[in-house]
Amino acid sequence: MPKLTIDGKEIEVADGLNLIQAADQAGIEIPHYCYHPGLSIVGNCRMCLVEVEKAPKLQIACNTRVAEGMVVHTRSARTRTAQKAVLEFLLINHPIDCPVCDQAGECKLQDYYMDYDQQPSRFSLGKKNKKGKAIDIGSDVMLDQERCILCARCTRFFDEITHTSELAIFGRGDHNVIDHWPGKPINNKYAVNVVDICPVGALTEKDFRFRMRVWYLHRTPSVCAGCERGCSIDIHHHRGRVYRYKPRHNPDVNGYWMCDEGRHSFVALQSESRLTTPLFQSGDRMAAEGWQPALERAAARIMEIGRTSGANAIGAVIGAQATNEEAYALKRLVKTTIGSDRIAGLCWSPPDASGDDNLLIRANKNPNLRGLEALGISPQNLDQLSASVAAGQLKMLIVLRADLVRALGEQEFLKRFGALDYMLVLDTDANETGQMANQLWPIAAFPEIDGSFTNFKGRVQRLQSAFAPPGQALSAVEVIARLGRQLDGNERVGSAEAVFAEMAAEEPAFKGLSFGGLGPHGRDLVA
Amino acid sequence: MERILTRWLDIPDIRRLDVYEANGGYQALRKALFDMKPEEIINEVKNSNLRGRGGAAFPTGTKWSFIPKDSKKPVYLCCNADESEPGTFANRYQLEFDPHQVLEGILIACRAVNAHVAYMYFRGEFTHQKRTVEGAIAEARAKGYIGKNIMGSGFDVEIYTHRGAGAYICGEETGLLESLEGKRAYPRNRPPFPAIQGAFGCPTVVNNVETLSNVPWIIKKGADWYRSIGPEKSPGPKLFCLSGHVNKPGLYELPMGFPLKDLIYDVGGGISDGRKLKAVIPGGASFPPFTAEEAEKVMMDFDSVRAAGSLMGTAGVMVMHDDTCMVDVLRTIAHFFHHESCGQCTPCREGCGWIEKLMIDMEAGRGKVSDLDVMLNVASNMEGNTICVLADSLAMPTRGFITKFRSEFEDHVRLGRCPFRDRDGRLAPPAHAAYQEGDHA
Ligand SMILES: Cc1cc2nc3c(=O)[nH]c(=O)nc-3n(C[C@H](O)[C@H](O)[C@H](O)COP(=O)(O)O)c2cc1C
Ligand code: SF4
Ligand code: SF4
Ligand code: SF4
Ligand code: FES
Repeated sequence: MPKLTIDGKEIEVADGLNLIQAADQAGIEIPHYCYHPGLSIVGNCRMCLVEVEKAPKLQIACNTRVAEGMVVHTRSARTRTAQKAVLEFLLINHPIDCPVCDQAGECKLQDYYMDYDQQPSRFSLGKKNKKGKAIDIGSDVMLDQERCILCARCTRFFDEITHTSELAIFGRGDHNVIDHWPGKPINNKYAVNVVDICPVGALTEKDFRFRMRVWYLHRTPSVCAGCERGCSIDIHHHRGRVYRYKPRHNPDVNGYWMCDEGRHSFVALQSESRLTTPLFQSGDRMAAEGWQPALERAAARIMEIGRTSGANAIGAVIGAQATNEEAYALKRLVKTTIGSDRIAGLCWSPPDASGDDNLLIRANKNPNLRGLEALGISPQNLDQLSASVAAGQLKMLIVLRADLVRALGEQEFLKRFGALDYMLVLDTDANETGQMANQLWPIAAFPEIDGSFTNFKGRVQRLQSAFAPPGQALSAVEVIARLGRQLDGNERVGSAEAVFAEMAAEEPAFKGLSFGGLGPHGRDLVA
Repeated sequence: MERILTRWLDIPDIRRLDVYEANGGYQALRKALFDMKPEEIINEVKNSNLRGRGGAAFPTGTKWSFIPKDSKKPVYLCCNADESEPGTFANRYQLEFDPHQVLEGILIACRAVNAHVAYMYFRGEFTHQKRTVEGAIAEARAKGYIGKNIMGSGFDVEIYTHRGAGAYICGEETGLLESLEGKRAYPRNRPPFPAIQGAFGCPTVVNNVETLSNVPWIIKKGADWYRSIGPEKSPGPKLFCLSGHVNKPGLYELPMGFPLKDLIYDVGGGISDGRKLKAVIPGGASFPPFTAEEAEKVMMDFDSVRAAGSLMGTAGVMVMHDDTCMVDVLRTIAHFFHHESCGQCTPCREGCGWIEKLMIDMEAGRGKVSDLDVMLNVASNMEGNTICVLADSLAMPTRGFITKFRSEFEDHVRLGRCPFRDRDGRLAPPAHAAYQEGDHA
């Protein structure tokens, strides 16, 4: 643990850190462009030059390791001169088209100019180099070569992370440009990560371009529901709409990255088919009603079937899309409140979905299979469940986030579950299963959910609600709590936190965990 | 002085192995293999005070001693034959006319640092030189000087040749290594230094052709003999590339410490067209010029040139007479470095182009006096702040020319044109027959 002094602050940091990291721990920002903690060090931007006592020249902080007794000045006159110089150099050939640049507001050129420079350029505008603008370079990425500061983060990403090297620097000197190899545009499942790490507006996302100014966006930390990896993300949203997902650094799950499929998975959640009010079957169509009549209708059915056929005639199917809390709440409702032990999970991925790779993507597209299994809700029980339908023992099914019809196919579904008397479906959209339901209840979709997922390695991570669900839709946990109260008259707290606390007390796999204690990176299951 | 590095002038066929052998060739290698331990070779070279001829004047023995003694990885030697500095043309003659001397130097260096593979990196244009060297390698291999079990010593060395694609930056030692590995010649940040992580991640020595050519002589005749040539701290025979406005431009072998005045007036036959000396750049394009007055007093060795305010670099001595426009010279130098900057580091990529653009205006009479201060400031913002010293190589002459010849720049601004050209921008009517209109263009 070397001790060093940065701007007069004496600090002790871990061995092997570079000066950018060490200064960061002391709360001191050293501006930098090319350095990225997830990539190798190239030291080309020269923005991080600092004064290190006893070294004759300024040193780049990104490539300087901490050493015992080192004395560093990040705000000295020499350092400031170098910082201003680098910014002036970077801007002489830059188009400064901020008004039409998507990066504006989160651009490191703008930010550092305001923080470290604020001086007019001495370079005459008419002499800027011209390069390509708005070039489609493949995948979901657009390139503006004039805005590029040649930090080589994007090329290093494709060289070092995906090992596919789609991008390279062509030309020489101030004619250098980023481009793909002739005739070979990017075709990569992780391409948009380069948009995230590009410090300026040179790489932008086709899907996001010109849709929203970034300063209007709110950020809510959450987890991607695209597959069982569960990459940490930030949901960027405005007035109840998601505009993009960005990967959030999590050393234990996804590092700095996420896949493009997961990144764009929010689009489906904002479809026009979202349910906004409770529905019930009325003749040959579905009719809307309020929550109270809907709850009464369902509770009446449950009690009636319980009376006539026994509690075990009521069961539940829980999709591996449900959160730990939702799954636990419904399991408890069925087991304790209703008194049945007929519960099965459903784990299904579209047949054309991408398979496992050695970076992040998992073939299993269900974000919480491991969580269901930890709660003893196994997809293997589905056959048993349908056998009891055939045997006339199971009459009513509560279906949570499980599109049985899509998973099994309509014929197979009807063969196995067609004999049911009653089906109550909780889902976000009027999917195929919902259309066969007797009652269909609208619940919150991922960006709206509070709760947790357990990824395939047993990592339990927090999801946070970015905004309220549309219309009368409610969080599934809340709906289950209300149904419980309708059945036994006992008040329940319909919050994920309360359910989690109970789950941690009751379920051995979750012992010792607390909702608040999951932190930004999550915690491992006990077993 | 006995000729050492340019023996082809005395022994025309020395490029042939039999002739080279008949004149003592490969005897130094024999000595290094059979009579000396690697440590002793390094010490001998250290004691000789041989300093690198590639431009940085780094002590060669010291560089070799940085190679880890017990390296688990292979050690490589790279011979830098990229010779691209403006006004520099020594290595090309050596490779063409005395390739075995270079090869013998390479082999001894390999023995010193325990390298079994050596790469020769040729400048892209050196097709002929590369072919000559490859012929020499084949000859030497047939005689058992290269390959397995050299001269029965049990020591193996393989020498591979590689030709670049013609960028100046490939001569910078870490740019060279990147290029050798098949990548863009982007110089590397140091640390790690090549001695620890060079070619393919392994310990590597990079030495210039001329540096290595001195090695067989140091081994054969000893460090004391070597140090007796020229100044103690910067000794040895040196190849001077004399170009520009002298009557006898060319390649000259002279002892280190030779007076610049004598190089120009005696060896070089004086200033051409009977004109007067105005300026000399002593070491290629990368360093500040000397005024005529300064040039009178300078001795040509690394330390004396440095003490006089410039650097000897590659000893590419460029002489300019009084009909030369200093503004145009600096514009040309700026054009070169702007064109050759690899573009990795922000200050170099942007600064070189900025200075060139200002110099184009300055030479055309469109400049402002304030541009001079901008250029001085841009130069100081570039200097010392980049990965390699190419940025410094423009910063230094920029500062040198502007401070030493400021009035000439101011004349351009005042007149609104180049005083050395007529009103239409053509060169002034030649004061001398040999000078053609448009030569400056
Ligand atoms: C921009 C640049 C270009 C260079 N070009 C050459 C070159 O063409 N040949 C050369 O020997 N050294 C060149 N050098 C110097 C090398 O980096 C290195 O110092 C040298 O090859 C070491 O050999 P030496 O110790 O024998 O001099 C260049 C350096 C720079 C910064
Ligand atoms: S990259 Fe940044 S500075 Fe450049 S135009 Fe875009 S917002 Fe403006
Ligand atoms: S496109 Fe962006 S990430 Fe890539 S080199 Fe340019 S500025 Fe850096
Ligand atoms: S100083 Fe210039 S030539 Fe050297 S690495 Fe940096 S940009 Fe390239
Ligand atoms: S961040 Fe250090 S040089 Fe770019």
